[in-house]
Formats: sequence, structure tokens, C-alpha cells
Amino acid sequence: MFGYKAVIRLSVILGVITWLLLLLLDLTALFSAKNNIAFGLPSFAPKIALGLFVLSIVLFYRYRINKAESVNFIDLLWRVFVTGLITTVVSLAIKFLFSVFGDTSLAKNPLVINFFYHINLGLIIAFTVSTLIVWKRLILYQKTKSLLAFWRIFEYSLLGALAFDILGYALFDPFFNILLGILVLMGLVLSFNLKWVAYLNFKQKWKSILFIVLVIIYLFYFLDGLVDYSNQDVLVTDLLDSVYILASFSFISVYSLISALVILFNLPTSSVFEKKLEEAMNFQRLSQSQSQPTGQKKEQIYEILLDSTISAVFADAAWLEITEDNPPILSKYNISDKEINDVKEAVKNTALKKVINTEFDNISNSQRLSATLKGVKFKSILLFPIIAKQKQIGSIALLKEVGDSFNKEMVDIINTFVNQASISLENFQLINDAIENERYKEELKIASRVQQSLLPSALEQSEKFDIHGISVAADEVGGDYYDSFKLAEDRFALIIADVSGKGTSAAFHMSQMKGIFHSLVQLSLDPKQLMVVTNNALSQCLEKTSFITATYFEIDTKKSKVCFARAGHCPTLYYSSKSKELEYFKNKGLGLGILRNSNFEKYVQVNEFQYSSGDIIVLYTDGITEAVNGENEQFGYEKLSDTLMEYINQSPEQISNGIFEALYKFCENDSLDDDYSIVVVKFR
Amino acid sequence: MINIDRSSENEITILKVTGEVDASSSIQLDEEMSQVAIQGAKIIVDLSELEYISSAGLGVFMSYISDLEDKKMTLVLFGMKEKVLQVFQILGLDQLLTIEENKEEAIKKASDL
Repeated sequence: MFGYKAVIRLSVILGVITWLLLLLLDLTALFSAKNNIAFGLPSFAPKIALGLFVLSIVLFYRYRINKAESVNFIDLLWRVFVTGLITTVVSLAIKFLFSVFGDTSLAKNPLVINFFYHINLGLIIAFTVSTLIVWKRLILYQKTKSLLAFWRIFEYSLLGALAFDILGYALFDPFFNILLGILVLMGLVLSFNLKWVAYLNFKQKWKSILFIVLVIIYLFYFLDGLVDYSNQDVLVTDLLDSVYILASFSFISVYSLISALVILFNLPTSSVFEKKLEEAMNFQRLSQSQSQPTGQKKEQIYEILLDSTISAVFADAAWLEITEDNPPILSKYNISDKEINDVKEAVKNTALKKVINTEFDNISNSQRLSATLKGVKFKSILLFPIIAKQKQIGSIALLKEVGDSFNKEMVDIINTFVNQASISLENFQLINDAIENERYKEELKIASRVQQSLLPSALEQSEKFDIHGISVAADEVGGDYYDSFKLAEDRFALIIADVSGKGTSAAFHMSQMKGIFHSLVQLSLDPKQLMVVTNNALSQCLEKTSFITATYFEIDTKKSKVCFARAGHCPTLYYSSKSKELEYFKNKGLGLGILRNSNFEKYVQVNEFQYSSGDIIVLYTDGITEAVNGENEQFGYEKLSDTLMEYINQSPEQISNGIFEALYKFCENDSLDDDYSIVVVKFR
Repeated sequence: MINIDRSSENEITILKVTGEVDASSSIQLDEEMSQVAIQGAKIIVDLSELEYISSAGLGVFMSYISDLEDKKMTLVLFGMKEKVLQVFQILGLDQLLTIEENKEEAIKKASDL
């Protein structure tokens, strides 16, 4: 409705008006009593003015004093202190005036006394209200629902007291006393809500005690002043006749007293709280270094670990050693290299060692040690391994000059720090590994692209036959190879080859095979010669345990004749359209690179056959026949020939796709564990 | 996934290979073979429990063919299942390696050679 600035301004204006009204009413009443002139003003009119004045002050401070945060406790107390100081200074000045004019009739004039009393009254009310609201903020710091409800009741009761005061009951009236008693009790209960005290550090606690003690002094001084005035018997409005004022005085003083005492008794433990807070901060720093590993270097993690552990246990000296890094890292604190060696020696020799491994440790040789040392400057040591990826990469040692000075809490906190650092380091490594892996993947993609280009995108076509080939590799790269070459107008060369093993090494050999094939095929050698020369060439290239199986075909479309040599490769599947029968060509042969001498020649056998229109040959690699399903059955030769029969009247492309489909269906999963290739030739 | 047991009977080393020899387990087979393949060794390999052998596994046996002469070594394989034998035959290794049906014949062959 209104901006809070407008409310503050309004409350100031209201406060001034109500105060002036109160003053005017009281002075009028005094005047009328003295001169026996009745103005006909009701006796409760000044009380209403006082009540309204209190309400305007409450309104003002409600909006002026912010919510309590752990950072502004001292600011709040400072505000109370300053308000009190101003009030005190003013009331002291008034007292001084009275003492100067003490003997004159002016100082005895009820009008003058009442005027100055009203100035005092205004300031004291301002002070009590502002203190009350600060105390409210502090009490409601980290409030619970029930506390909030109870506070509301207290507030409304105070408001009720304010209304009650209009009725004009004086001090010591039974009703007055009962209401006052209830409010004092409520205030007492509320006074035990002091959560904010825990969040003060040592220095702030001292400051708070100072301010609060001063507030208590003010309060007593004010009360004393009010009693003084009250005794003069000339007051029209006596604040001591107000339940509200007395109740707030009592609540403010009780809360001040209790909080001062509680802070005082909390002084010795504040260092513990500060330390816990620092540990939490350090822990956060370690965790952060984990969430942004690219921004932080490993060295930063080591540094944070060393710093935080030293401050966590108040170590006199420490060192952190990372042996796995190259070069090894040694961070020292307050210790020389020689002393480190001495301490290490002392650790080995001491009999007073305690291994504090937990059940989670699965690395047997890296122990967490707590030991008492002799013969060196430092009498106690905590020695923790730093572990990343299940491997000890270094250690951290914390030293104290006093013997036996590491307790269980310290061990626990160090443990937590070291574990967190380990996680951070591990993540750091994982990210690095992931980046490295990404690079390898990228390289493999390139290799895969290069290898794909090694397989022909289209095989040599002729009007005498249709041909189609497909190859699928289990990994990014594979060891299957097929190719074709036009030897002459009516002569075509066709090869299928399979490198032993799979993956990258197979892929390298496959590319060599392609190079050799393309060099030799141009020499127009007959199949046997070609195999022998290829074997010789490969003998120089292949590693000891590798070999290549291959079948080489020479198709003569003029004579409708195919001449072929099999070097250990899977027998070619042949379909004769005349007999409508299938056959595997199981002629003799030996894989390339198995015999790396002239003896190989003896094992090469060349076969030939005449084809007629509709005949089909299927070239494939052992991935097809050796593919297994869930029951560990192989796809085998029979299923291959059965599948061919299903597609026998279709084009080579449809046949090869059909075989692949049947194969996937048989294996029932999409992941391949070998390289598969098929080339289908159908003669016209 | 293979298991290789090594034993010896009268100067003859017997290796029994159980399981499937694929690209990764062929390394284990190669290690075992290289330990026993010394000058003049007589080795018989029991393949009766071998379910499958990949080309990499064949490569291991193949690589010792040259050692047979160079080190005056004897290597006899025996007890292969039909499926496994077929793999050796297609590659043509049956022409270069001595393959017997059972242990007695393998031992006899190894002693004779």
C-alpha cells in the first residue's frame, strides 16, 4: 500500500503530533488544576495520546530495524547502544539544568518539570521500543513455528496492556499487578531463545557483552530517573503507572541480563565454533575444486588439503608428498628436508604406532598411522596415504611437538579431508582421461573413415554378371577386405580376404593386403602365382602370429569360366542354376603368411568351373559362419546355404542384405563381435 | 575365457586347453606356449575341451610352426572336436601341424618324431 519510506515518514509525523498532543493535554490538565478552571477534557485523553505515541514509535522501528542475519547482530546491538546513549545524554543534560537552577522557583514549577519529563518520556519510550524490536529480531533468528506463535501472543498481550493502561489503573492495583506478572513471565520464557549467540565469533562476543551491559546500565539509570520524577508528585502522566512500560522494561532487562551471561559463558567455546566453520569452508573449497577441475590444477588441491589439515589440527609442522606425479611434489610447512627424513626414520623405528585403517580400505600396504616419536623435535605424527583410483599416489604427514596430541576427532576430520581430496584428485584424473579418450575416439573415427575408403564403394560391374558387397566391422576398424579389378575387357579379378584377429592390428594388415593386391593384380599373374607372390610379400610384412586368409577369383566372361585359388579362406558357396544345388568349394589351400618360405607353393591349388546364367557365388568371411547366438550355436554353413536358397531368385544386393538380416535375427543382438563381409556375384 | 593346465609325462609336456580361445585369451595361450617351447621340447596339446578357436588363436599355433624345425621341437595336437578341426582344415593348418585323435596316439607320435 505504502512504500516503507512513506510509512517511516508517516510514523515520525504521527509520533511528533501525538507527543505534542500528550504534552499539550497534560500541561492543560495541570493548568486547569492549578487555576481551577475545568476544560471538560476526559481524564483518559492523555492516556490515549500516550498509547498512540507508543504505537507510532513501534511502527517507526518495525520498519527501520532490519531482520537479523548472522552478519548484523553487532549492528543491531550497536543501534540499541546508540539510542540509549542519546537518551542518556539528553536526560543527563536535563538533570544538569535542574541542578543549576535547583534553588530557583523555576525548577520547582510543575509545568517546567512536566515539560522536561515529557522529553525524557519520549526518549525512553523510543529507547525501549527500539530495544524491544531488536530483541525480537534476535529471538526470532532461526525461529520455529511455535516460537513465532508464542512471540505473537506476547506482542498482542503488550498491545492489550497498552489498551489496559487507558483505563487508568495505577501501580500496585491488583489488576495491574496480575497483568504485569503475566507479561513478565512471558518475557522470561522468551528470554531463553538465544540461538544467535552461537554465531558470534570471539571478538563479536566481547563487543556484544559490552553493548548489552551498557544497555542494562541505561535501563537502571532510566528507571531510577522515572522513580525520581514519580516521587515529585507533580506528574500528570506517570510512566510507572503503565503496565506496558513496566512489562517492556522488565522484558528488556531480563533478556539483556540472560544474553550477557550466556554470551559470557559461551566465550570459551567460540573458538570451537569458529574452527568448525573454518573446516566447513575448507571442505567446501575442496569440493569446489572437484566440481570445476579444469579451472583448478592438481597442485591447488594439494595446497588446499595441506592448509586445511594443518589448521584443522593446529599442526606445528606438516608435509605433503606426491610420489606418483612427475616430477614428485613435496610441499612443506615449518619443516626442513632433513627433519622430514629424521621423522620418517623415527616412524619406522617407533614401537608406539597405531594403524587406524577403516574397513573401507582395500589397499593393504597404505596405512593410516598415528605414532608417538622419540629422538626428534616432533613427538606426534599423523601419517595418511593419499589415494586416487585405488592406488596410493602420495602421503600427508601432520606433526605436533607435544606427544600423543592427536585425538579421535582430529583423525576423523583429517580422514574426511584426505578422502575429499582423493575424490577431487580422482575426478581430476577421470576428466583428464575422458579428454584423452575423446581424442582417441576422434582418431579412431578418422581411422574408421580411412578404412571404409579402403573398401571399394562399388565393385567392377559387367553386363555378364551382377555383383554386390557389404562389410561390417565389430570395432571402429576391421580386418575384412574385398576388392575387384578389371584385368581386360572380358577378364575380372575378385578377391576376398580376412586378417587374423580384429581391431586396429587387423586393420593395419588389411591395408597392407590392399596395397599388395593392387600392385600384383596389374601384373596379370595366374591365380597360383599371384597367391605365391602375395605370400612372399606378406611374409615380410605380417607379425609372427598374424596371417591372412584369401580367395582369389579370375572371371573370364568370354569363356564363362571362373578360375580361383583358396588360401585358407572360407570355402566359397556356389549355386548351380542347372542342378539347382548348392556346393562349398573345399579345395586345398593354406592361409597367407603361415609358411613364410618357398614351401608355400606346394599348398596352393587352383580350381576352375564353367558357369551358366543364374549361377551364384557367395564370398564371405568367417565372421558369418562363426557368429553365435545365445545358446552358443554357430550360424554355420547350413544356415548360410539355406538363407541363400530363400533369396535365390533375387539380385546380389537383396541376397547379401537377406543374409545379413538372417544373421542378425539369429544372433538376436545388435552388438557384433567380429567383422562380417559378404560379396555376392550372380551371372547373367 | 580359457584355462590351461600343464603337466608332463616322460619328457612330454602336456597342455590341456579348456574353453574358448578368442583374441584376448589367445595372449594367454601364447604365453603358455612360449614357456614350454624350448629346444627339443616334445609338446602335446589336448584340445578335447576346446569349444571354439578364433583366427587369433590359430595364429598362436601357426607361429610355432617355424620353431618345429629350428628348435627340433615336436608339437602334436589331439582330441579336437569336429567344429574346431574344421577351422584348422579350412585354414590348411592340418597340413602343417600333426593332429591326432587321442592322447595315446599323440604320445606315440610325439615319441616317434
